[in-house]
Amino acid sequence: MEWSALDLSVRLGLATALLLLPFGILAGRWLAYGRFAGKSLCEAAFALPLVLPPTVLGYYLLVHFGSAAPLGRWFENWFGHPLAFSFEGLLLASLIVNLPFAVQPMQRAFEAIPREVREAAACCGMAPARVLAHIELPLAWPGIVSGLVMTFAHTLGEFGVVLMVGGAIPGRTRTLSIAIYDRVQSFDAEAAAVMAQTLLAFSAIAIGLTYWLGNRVTRRHG
Amino acid sequence: MAETGLTAELFQHGPIPLDVNLACRPGELLGLVGPSGAGKSTVLRAVAGLYQPRRGTVSCNGQSWLDSGADLDLPPHRRPVGLVFQNYALFPHLSALGNVSAALSHLPRRERAAKAGEWLARVHLAGLEGRYPRQLSGGQQQRVAVARALARDPQVLLLDEPFSAVDQVTRRKLYRELAELRHSLAMPIVLVTHDLDEAALLADRLVVLYRGATLQSGAPDEVAQRPATALVARLMDQPNLFTGQVVEHDPAQRITRLLWLGRSLDARLQAHFRPGSRVSWMIPAHQVLLHRRDQLSRGERENPLSGRIAELLTLGSEALLSLEIDRRLKLHLSLRLPVHVVRRNNLAVGDEIGVSLLAQGIHLMPYEEPRRAREHSLEG
Repeated sequence: MEWSALDLSVRLGLATALLLLPFGILAGRWLAYGRFAGKSLCEAAFALPLVLPPTVLGYYLLVHFGSAAPLGRWFENWFGHPLAFSFEGLLLASLIVNLPFAVQPMQRAFEAIPREVREAAACCGMAPARVLAHIELPLAWPGIVSGLVMTFAHTLGEFGVVLMVGGAIPGRTRTLSIAIYDRVQSFDAEAAAVMAQTLLAFSAIAIGLTYWLGNRVTRRHG
Repeated sequence: MAETGLTAELFQHGPIPLDVNLACRPGELLGLVGPSGAGKSTVLRAVAGLYQPRRGTVSCNGQSWLDSGADLDLPPHRRPVGLVFQNYALFPHLSALGNVSAALSHLPRRERAAKAGEWLARVHLAGLEGRYPRQLSGGQQQRVAVARALARDPQVLLLDEPFSAVDQVTRRKLYRELAELRHSLAMPIVLVTHDLDEAALLADRLVVLYRGATLQSGAPDEVAQRPATALVARLMDQPNLFTGQVVEHDPAQRITRLLWLGRSLDARLQAHFRPGSRVSWMIPAHQVLLHRRDQLSRGERENPLSGRIAELLTLGSEALLSLEIDRRLKLHLSLRLPVHVVRRNNLAVGDEIGVSLLAQGIHLMPYEEPRRAREHSLEG
């Protein structure tokens, strides 16, 4: 087991999930309740990373991470090291790749709350912020947690984009799934097996939790 | 316009056409009736601030909630309304007590539970405070919704078809409870319903809504028996709607004479219809009297008519009869009789019977083209 790779994967997964939490709630709620022109286009844009080949996404990210691009130049001026092949670059790539995994379950959870229930809350004298805190979030939390779990699990397993923008620098950008690939390439089946089992366990728990939460929601509203 | 109570004027061409003008005094129960799609719920939602009409004003007890001219439009949480939704819209993650407490945010936190408990007791739900909505029956859910709507101490109570989702036995019980509860409430109450019997039973005054426009408002009896137009009569489900011609007015006998199907009819004096003009007219089913076969009674002098019983439906203790009075024009007259009267007279489908149309019950309206075959007639 490469502990530094596991540590990096877990740190990347947690950071991605936590940063996407407020964004997913706001974007999911906005897509669920908002009525505006171009809504389908927005939804499609959020879902794009699902179908985009990781190498294509990785390529474009690398282009923007380079010091020739405004983003890459800005980052290097501020932080003193390039965005490509750094943890920050990896995190940014991970945030983009995971957008649909965080936003979609949260959007569905907000959509599942009947309009009358939200209206009844307003008619009880609750201001919009109170409605969000006391009515919407308690009803939507299984979907929100499920979005977080999916994001975390998916980050642990991400391979293509991570390899493209991060390379495999031990301790910096070498995640667990890349380590598995490297070990298999060098015929170290034993080490690869241990790490594969770790990822299998994480994934199984994550997907199990997601379904369990999904059933809780059905029971509650049903 | 009333200084106290609720007044609303709403106007727009689309997407839902609205041309509404209503007022409800404190303590008054106003029934908003009309067919599905008439805009009843939209009016209620506009009063609550859940729907924004293009133009309009809503004010309650001198306070303006909506004034499109002055660009004023208070959001729903700042309008002190209690709204009971058709499907109650209870918060599924909160207990009955939690649902009512949610509307008590104007009280200090520690006082809320006690106050919510008091409200639940007032709607006969003491002991069920801890139940979640899914653990309550339809009638109990409706009571929680009423308690929650009132807990906010609103200036107006809005009820959107609150009885449509419960069975009939529960509905009758809830009618009684609402009738009881409203006497202790000094606020305007607006009830939306498509059930005319329910409206007549509970409301002090009705507003008839059709395609977003208020057609008539008045006491339930007045709207039912003296509709302003044939359309209102149709919306109020008046079965005996015909057309005829005014012949003359006889102020001495307080009678207006009509020509209908070649015969003369005496109606209550309605002198504002010009002699010679065509009119629509109606008579409520309970103003049609049956002639007794064995002995004459007073009604027989008034507009006697005979016909064949085409249909006889028994509903509880009352029978609904449809009398065919003109076979060629397929003209029918409806009357209601107590079941014991039907039995005593041995009435059966196919029998020829005599009836009287009470002059007092005959109500004239501006002429409107008959919509159904049975409204049709030849005026002479």
